[in-house]
Amino acid sequence: MKNIRAEKITEEVKEMCILANHYLSSDMNSRLNNAVNVEESPLGKKILNQLKENLEIADKEQIPICQDTGMAVLFVDIGQDIHIEGGLITDAINEGVKKGYTEGFLRKSVVKDPIERVNTNDNTPAVIHYNVVEGDQLKIILAPKGFGSENMSQIFMLKPADGIEGVKEAILKAVKDAGPNACPPMVVGVGIGGTFEKAALMAKQALTRDFDDRPTKEWVRNLEDEMLERINRLGIGPGGLGGSTTALAVNINTYATHIAGLPVAVNICCHVNRHITRIL
Amino acid sequence: MEHKIKLPLTSEAIEGFKSGDYVFLTGELYVARDAAHKRMNEALDQGNNLPIPIKNQTIYYMGPSPARQGRAIGSAGPTTASRMDKYAPRLLDLGLKGMVGKGKRSKEVIDAIVRNKAVYFAAVGGAGALLSKCIKESEVICYDDLGAEAIRKLYVEDFPVIVVIDSKGNNLYETAILKYKKD
Ligand code: SF4
Repeated sequence: MKNIRAEKITEEVKEMCILANHYLSSDMNSRLNNAVNVEESPLGKKILNQLKENLEIADKEQIPICQDTGMAVLFVDIGQDIHIEGGLITDAINEGVKKGYTEGFLRKSVVKDPIERVNTNDNTPAVIHYNVVEGDQLKIILAPKGFGSENMSQIFMLKPADGIEGVKEAILKAVKDAGPNACPPMVVGVGIGGTFEKAALMAKQALTRDFDDRPTKEWVRNLEDEMLERINRLGIGPGGLGGSTTALAVNINTYATHIAGLPVAVNICCHVNRHITRIL
Repeated sequence: MEHKIKLPLTSEAIEGFKSGDYVFLTGELYVARDAAHKRMNEALDQGNNLPIPIKNQTIYYMGPSPARQGRAIGSAGPTTASRMDKYAPRLLDLGLKGMVGKGKRSKEVIDAIVRNKAVYFAAVGGAGALLSKCIKESEVICYDDLGAEAIRKLYVEDFPVIVVIDSKGNNLYETAILKYKKD
């Protein structure tokens, strides 16, 4: 049995909030660098260069990459052999979010109630997904999610007869509808299978997967490659102002589903696809 | 084409803008997003005056991150303009001339842009750190309680934007995509 102190979790989450909002993961950086070289539109190239420059300024001057520092989404894998002491894990995480967003000069973008809409002023509560796993580690993935792109996400409850062609159409529809609103070049997270909520959760989780960490199933890998190519033929381009870089990556997660269904969730993310992992 | 423009916008400047042009703005820029628009709309409904002089002005749809000490503002890129579509035609009819944001606009907004000879610019979404460097001063002028959504007045220098919808109603989001579409 391993003991982990709640304050330790708070400290880690605080740091993660600040780091995630100032630095992108290396796979994101290398896709962006590559996009600058292959972009066909001059204006598109100019915008991609500005995005690179933006990342440099964010780093050097400690200004968040984007002013929408997001709602904090966390995926927490709890090894069943650990014990958390000194408080409730959910409270510890929310305290970390509060400290990170306050001390890190991040924007507080959360309202307490979806209709009454009063800002909580500390960016809590976070959206936390727990999963119990074997072992004695606590794995925390933090993914601050901006809502320009979140608002353009869609879910499709397809029929089994729609098959893989139906899935492709659904993904293309979501990307086309998103267009300039989602700050392209986008990262497209897709969840196929499960139930209504499982598909959405997989789509979100797919956004946090390293681009070089490829799915084990061949048809899924092929679908990721085909969709990335087809999305980049849509012409939307950087900023939605035309070009050949509409998406930097398509990540697809899958799960078993019901004999009567084929759920497909498309979680759109912008080029500020923030995620950071810590293992305690 | 590139233009260097002093704010407030003049009719001549607006007439010279074509969808796709690159523009550097210098001068005073007002900032308002969702909650501030809702309140301005309610003020008008109740027959009250707007808290800002709207005539000939430009509104930037933005909600910044907090400024570190010694800086005018934090990260400060555009937010999605379509959420302001419900309110924009009324403000345009009252004399608003420019809007800066990102993303598509409704037909009602485009009609109001043409009717009032106004312009919709896009700033690069997700480039808030870069754009903040062009913001030299920032002051909250009302609706302070809205935090990041308060109305601000900025002083910007060579703030880079792209003309998306010009005063004739040409829309870059529609025309540019066709140029690079391959299927
Ligand atoms: S969609 Fe992404 S890049 Fe665009 S404003 Fe929101 S968080 Fe920033």
